[in-house]
Amino acid sequence: MSTQTIDRIQSPVSAYRLTSLDVLESEAIHIIREVVAEFERPALLFSGGKDSVVMLHLATKAFWPGRVPFPVLHVDTGHNFPEVIEFRDRTVARLGLRLVVGLVQDHIDSGELAERADGTRNPLQTAPLLEAIRVNRFDAVFGGGRRDEDKARAKERILSLRDEFGQWDPRNQRPELWNLYNGRHTAGQHVRAFPISNWTELDIWRYIEREGIELPGLYYAHEREVYARDGMWRAVGDVSLPRADEPVLIKTVRYRTVGDMSCTGAVESAAATVADVVREVAASTITERGATRADDRISEAAMEDRKKDGYF
Amino acid sequence: MTAITELGDRSELAESTDDTGRIDSSGAVLTDNTLFRFATAGSVDDGKSTLVGRLLHDSKAILADQLESVTRTSAERGFGGGEPGSLPAGQQIDLALLTDGLRAEREQGITIDVAYRYFATDRRSFILADCPGHVQYTKNTVTGASTADAVVVLIDARKGVLEQTRRHLCVLRLLRVPHVVVAVNKIDLVGYSADVFTAIADDVRKVSAELGLEDVLVVPVSALEGDNVVDRSAHTPWYTGPSLLEILQALPSTDELERGQEPFRFPVQTVIRPQGALAPELAAELAETGDGGQSAFRDYRAYAGQLASGSVAVGDRVTVLPSGRQTTIVGIDFAGSELQRAVAPQSVSLRLADEIDVARGDLIAAAGTFTAPAQDLYAELCWLSPKPLSEGGRVLVKHGSRTVQALVRAVTGKLDLANFREQPASGLELNDIGSVQIRLASPLPTEPYAAHRRTGAFLVIDPADGNTLAAGLIKGHPGDSEAERYVI
Repeated sequence: MSTQTIDRIQSPVSAYRLTSLDVLESEAIHIIREVVAEFERPALLFSGGKDSVVMLHLATKAFWPGRVPFPVLHVDTGHNFPEVIEFRDRTVARLGLRLVVGLVQDHIDSGELAERADGTRNPLQTAPLLEAIRVNRFDAVFGGGRRDEDKARAKERILSLRDEFGQWDPRNQRPELWNLYNGRHTAGQHVRAFPISNWTELDIWRYIEREGIELPGLYYAHEREVYARDGMWRAVGDVSLPRADEPVLIKTVRYRTVGDMSCTGAVESAAATVADVVREVAASTITERGATRADDRISEAAMEDRKKDGYF
Repeated sequence: MTAITELGDRSELAESTDDTGRIDSSGAVLTDNTLFRFATAGSVDDGKSTLVGRLLHDSKAILADQLESVTRTSAERGFGGGEPGSLPAGQQIDLALLTDGLRAEREQGITIDVAYRYFATDRRSFILADCPGHVQYTKNTVTGASTADAVVVLIDARKGVLEQTRRHLCVLRLLRVPHVVVAVNKIDLVGYSADVFTAIADDVRKVSAELGLEDVLVVPVSALEGDNVVDRSAHTPWYTGPSLLEILQALPSTDELERGQEPFRFPVQTVIRPQGALAPELAAELAETGDGGQSAFRDYRAYAGQLASGSVAVGDRVTVLPSGRQTTIVGIDFAGSELQRAVAPQSVSLRLADEIDVARGDLIAAAGTFTAPAQDLYAELCWLSPKPLSEGGRVLVKHGSRTVQALVRAVTGKLDLANFREQPASGLELNDIGSVQIRLASPLPTEPYAAHRRTGAFLVIDPADGNTLAAGLIKGHPGDSEAERYVI
């Protein structure tokens, strides 16, 4: 093989001393390869959010020099930031992937789902997700879920078995021993795989910095028209309009998570580069979900309830 | 006071590791701290959740909104309800709420399942598997301990070594957890008494010696008051050893411990053979070179996997199992970069000198370090399913990257965890640990667990519903000489 090709691509891996990021990366790649080897039709949930971007990056590394051997799946609420959709499409084209999109709007149009009073569509993603899994006969779905995100996620396995209704049964999970993953399932069941379960938000950012991974621009500080609601800065957009008593200001903000425009808030930040963000996250005193996700504030057990119903 | 003196000698441990990965005064994060996995095990009401909460809180891993949520819930339940962000001691909030994740757990005040928690210091990133003590403790402890570099066992200073402490230590010995730390908690409730601590530490050493557990560290702590958890306490001047967190920062991880000593083992996960279907970016890059670069990868074939143990270098002679064919490593690839050497637990792709038949499920091992794959095994099973095992049961065995059918020919005994002796048995039930003879449908490259944690471990899976039934530890094979047979 041509060594000059290989020499051009430098890896930071030290052959002798492995850092926490090296070990987490190797663990994730091991899991991704196990799932691809043991399942017939895997897919990767890809929203353009930083965790799914890192997942895709890990998948490209796992199968180099070959292509990523599975399609990506995006559940589109119809309320996404336009720049994130543009980023998604560009990334998919760059890597030569097949993109499957499940549209929340289709399910609202058919009457299967109803728009919520608060306007957020994040909790409505479960039906199109399960539909896409069923129609495409996906038997394993990679997600970028991390255990540090939420107390219910903290108890979820790396390979999480879901029944015909996509439900997670937290009281009846398989023990996960050593690095031996048991993905056996029966017809109708599928498995959600979380290769970056053991990463923290700071790990994700340090890895993005180390690997030079591109993200949608709204993760970095930029000026935006915003208004205050529920203690967060909301972007002004078609699906996210201020009420009369909510004055619109121009602020320098960035997003710590990227979800629906209608429920994702920005934080005031001057962190314009990945190095700035790493420093900001390291010094942060509030979790990313607490800071920016209205959907997780609905109740103490919001994430647990959604997961039981088949959510990511 | 021998126990305490010994511990005092260990304090240099805390100073002996490197200083990298710290967040310096300017707030810059250096990115080369190391990873350490540990689990906690304890009995009912020994304050384990409080200890975990204390570690997370004092190492600043609890962020303001989590604390606010816990404080709110604590107040609703009649706890004092402190100001968010200020926590004078555990009385103000129920620290246990930080780890109880599921609705049923909060409603019933119990912990159901292993919860994973994350915190980092300047030296290390920690993954903490918090194993509940009272519900299915064997299942949870086995699960948490299987990946742990260390396990912290809690003892209530007022109660001393209990039946359950012995059981925990027994499981940890069985699973060959590299480091065991015993935290004698609630030391404040015995008036910070050196005598109480010394008596318990002596008991711990006695039990450990019976089990053959070496290098058990014992540390007096109060999770509620924070003594010796993160910072060394002024209340225990008779204890000159490191705090619990100092110990966890200093102990070498399994891979650090084994690096360079364990023989190379590499279960093949998948064969990477793009045959023209190159990653688009690579293909575009090669097209630019104009020298028909694509051809360089036309015959590319590499074996992808994660090093289970040891290290491998280009030029090393290796044996592929079960075929037994020998060849030489000609390349170690990692996502476009060529390595001269790889160490466990790196995920890499290996290229071999000879075109021999290698597939998923095979094991690549350092040449001359492996005896023949075996079809009959003696093993210890930790039975983790409510569905019992009886002799003659048909199961699946997952070992490395291969799953084969198997028959449990005989159950030869059940371990009495209280005295660590085997009792006669003909079956195993939930939380039992017992000895079995297994016949495999095809030979597997297995090794004794005592010598190789990765290649000595397997899962027992129910062929009917796919559930995991047991954690398996290989003891040996029929025909092993006495010297080769390991006693677990």
